[in-house]
Amino acid sequence: MNDMTRVDPRTEVADVKISARKAQVYYGDNHAIRDVDVDINARMVTAFIGPSGCGKSTFLRSLNRMNDTIPGCRVEGTILLDGENIYDRRVDPVQLRAKVGMVFQKPNPFPKSIYDNVAYGPRIHGLTRTKAELDEVVETSLRRAALWAEVKDRLHAPGTGLSGGQQQRLCIARAVATSPEVLLMDEPCSALDPIATAQVEELIDELRAQFSVVIVTHSMQQAARVSQRTAFFHLGNLVEFGATDQIFTNPGDPRTESYITGRIG
Amino acid sequence: MTDATATQTPPRRGGLLELDARTRRRNAAEARFRLYGLIAVGIGMLALVLLLISVLSSGLGAFQQTSLRLDVTLTEKALDKTGSRDPEVMKKVTTITYGKLLEQALAKTIEDKGIVIDGLSKTDIKDMISKDAAARVRDRVLAHPDLIGETVPFTVLANGRIDGYLKGRVTMDSAQRDSNVSPNQLLLADALRADGTLYKAFNWAFITAPDASELRPEAAGLGVAILGSAYMMIVVLCLSLPLGVATSIYLEEFAPKNRITDLIEVNISNLAAVPSIVFGILGLAIFINFAGLPQSAPIVGGLVLTLMTLPTIIISTRAALKAVPPSIRDAALGIGASKMQSIFHHVLPLAMPGILTGTIIGLAQALGETAPLLLIGMVAFVREYPDAPPEGFFDPASALPVQVYNWTQRADPAFVERASGAIIVLLVFLLAMNAVAILLRRRFERRW
Repeated sequence: MNDMTRVDPRTEVADVKISARKAQVYYGDNHAIRDVDVDINARMVTAFIGPSGCGKSTFLRSLNRMNDTIPGCRVEGTILLDGENIYDRRVDPVQLRAKVGMVFQKPNPFPKSIYDNVAYGPRIHGLTRTKAELDEVVETSLRRAALWAEVKDRLHAPGTGLSGGQQQRLCIARAVATSPEVLLMDEPCSALDPIATAQVEELIDELRAQFSVVIVTHSMQQAARVSQRTAFFHLGNLVEFGATDQIFTNPGDPRTESYITGRIG
Repeated sequence: MTDATATQTPPRRGGLLELDARTRRRNAAEARFRLYGLIAVGIGMLALVLLLISVLSSGLGAFQQTSLRLDVTLTEKALDKTGSRDPEVMKKVTTITYGKLLEQALAKTIEDKGIVIDGLSKTDIKDMISKDAAARVRDRVLAHPDLIGETVPFTVLANGRIDGYLKGRVTMDSAQRDSNVSPNQLLLADALRADGTLYKAFNWAFITAPDASELRPEAAGLGVAILGSAYMMIVVLCLSLPLGVATSIYLEEFAPKNRITDLIEVNISNLAAVPSIVFGILGLAIFINFAGLPQSAPIVGGLVLTLMTLPTIIISTRAALKAVPPSIRDAALGIGASKMQSIFHHVLPLAMPGILTGTIIGLAQALGETAPLLLIGMVAFVREYPDAPPEGFFDPASALPVQVYNWTQRADPAFVERASGAIIVLLVFLLAMNAVAILLRRRFERRW
């Protein structure tokens, strides 16, 4: 693995939001992620690509400590958010997750109204003081998720009654409503049709203005379309990490090239 | 398709219009299976219908009771010799005196109506009236001493045998052989019924009155048993629901998965299978002998039934919590909810229908449970109503299933009717509880 450091992620001058060094993730005895060094920049979309089971989702979930809920899961190494180790003993994962929001592969709106879905985060974090403020947060979040026009007349209808693509955008609105600093997205479009996918991708591009976004995807076209930086994972290793253009046009590692051209995966 | 000669189509085997042997066999197997299913359902339905028919046919009579309308002259000479109208003094007059007054009133009615029956003795007339009636009249006179000296219309219970005659349980033939009733009394009953003195009406006392002694089946009611059962259900609900739900949430969501939790889980499952009488012995040893709680008290019954109901509630609550999709928990955690918030705001409301169903099934089981209550003295003969809660939890009371058990042991056939009537009341309560369960489930499920 001598060619792993071919592209040094630290060479680019940018505002680093999350930085992982020698990150290891174990499920019991299974060493799922080995020695991952990644810097995630603020106001940029970073894509994680790789074949199934390569650990990209596992690594994504370790960025907001969602792996804590999996029994037997252990994380070693350092993962810094704004220079603070998120695995420090003093860090409360609940506080961390308010800063690092997450959107899941399958749309999972709460079985409540559309309004309550979006308002839930601000409510539990006490972000608003009056009903009017809450209404405003809900509206801006839904607008950001490009869902406002479709649901503004039925805010109190059940969120589970929306179509798949709308549900996923609702989940994004819900994540955005808590004003996180980083938004993690685990294959957000895998359950959506091409039209909904296009809408969500457009949305991700817009969200980049405020948040730093990390997206796990199986679709290389999607990675190429939405991301500025791409990391390629293979069998638990970070094979290559760099600017998206460069990864797709001029990959430094033969494995990256094989994957991109469809020979492994 | 490795076959190179793909152009050569294989010959067609069989047409679509006729079934081949294999399809026929499969269809026959399916038809047989459906038949077995229908037979099984039929047997189940038949058993249910037979049960209902037998209970209803023998028990519905308990909801009707035969009474007599009598104008009783409450003579001062007999009831209050001193004329003081002081209840303390009047209490010295026993029910025997009142019984005589009733007897006189009935004899006068017979005379007035001109009913003549050969060989009708004084005892025959006296035994037309329930032994309980005199006590009822005495209670009323003691409460209203100013009635003395007047002729007051009273509605009194007829004897159990006369009641049985009106319901078809006692016939002229059986009366010949029965030392408790004579054919003359039955003739008298016919005559009194014809002019409206003797009549059958809905039996509210069956639901409200306390139990009565062996000799007065006509006066026996379920009042104390219903109250006792209701008190026990309150205790069971208030203790087992919070305890059971808290246990389930802890075990399901918070407890580390290790040997100790495995051990606890196995023990909870085992507890659900423990025979109920064992809980009775436990209750006797711990709540009565050790903790010194009173016997026959709903609080002890409720505690014992709580122990019995807890495993049912815990198992069904855990199943309901497990059935909530993990994506909901992830969603809540993913936007920074704490574990407790994710459980109380999202998981628990979704699990609520399952929890309620389990709770009501547990309560229904507890309501019908007899064996443990026998051991803690709920089988006692109780005529006093328990007080209002919370003091009432410590007063002696009976319970519905125990009352059924009690009545089936008594000799008088009128008690068989009462026991079946009590079973109907019990079934109505169970049906009502199930209806509540279904309603609550609907309500919660409507929240998508």
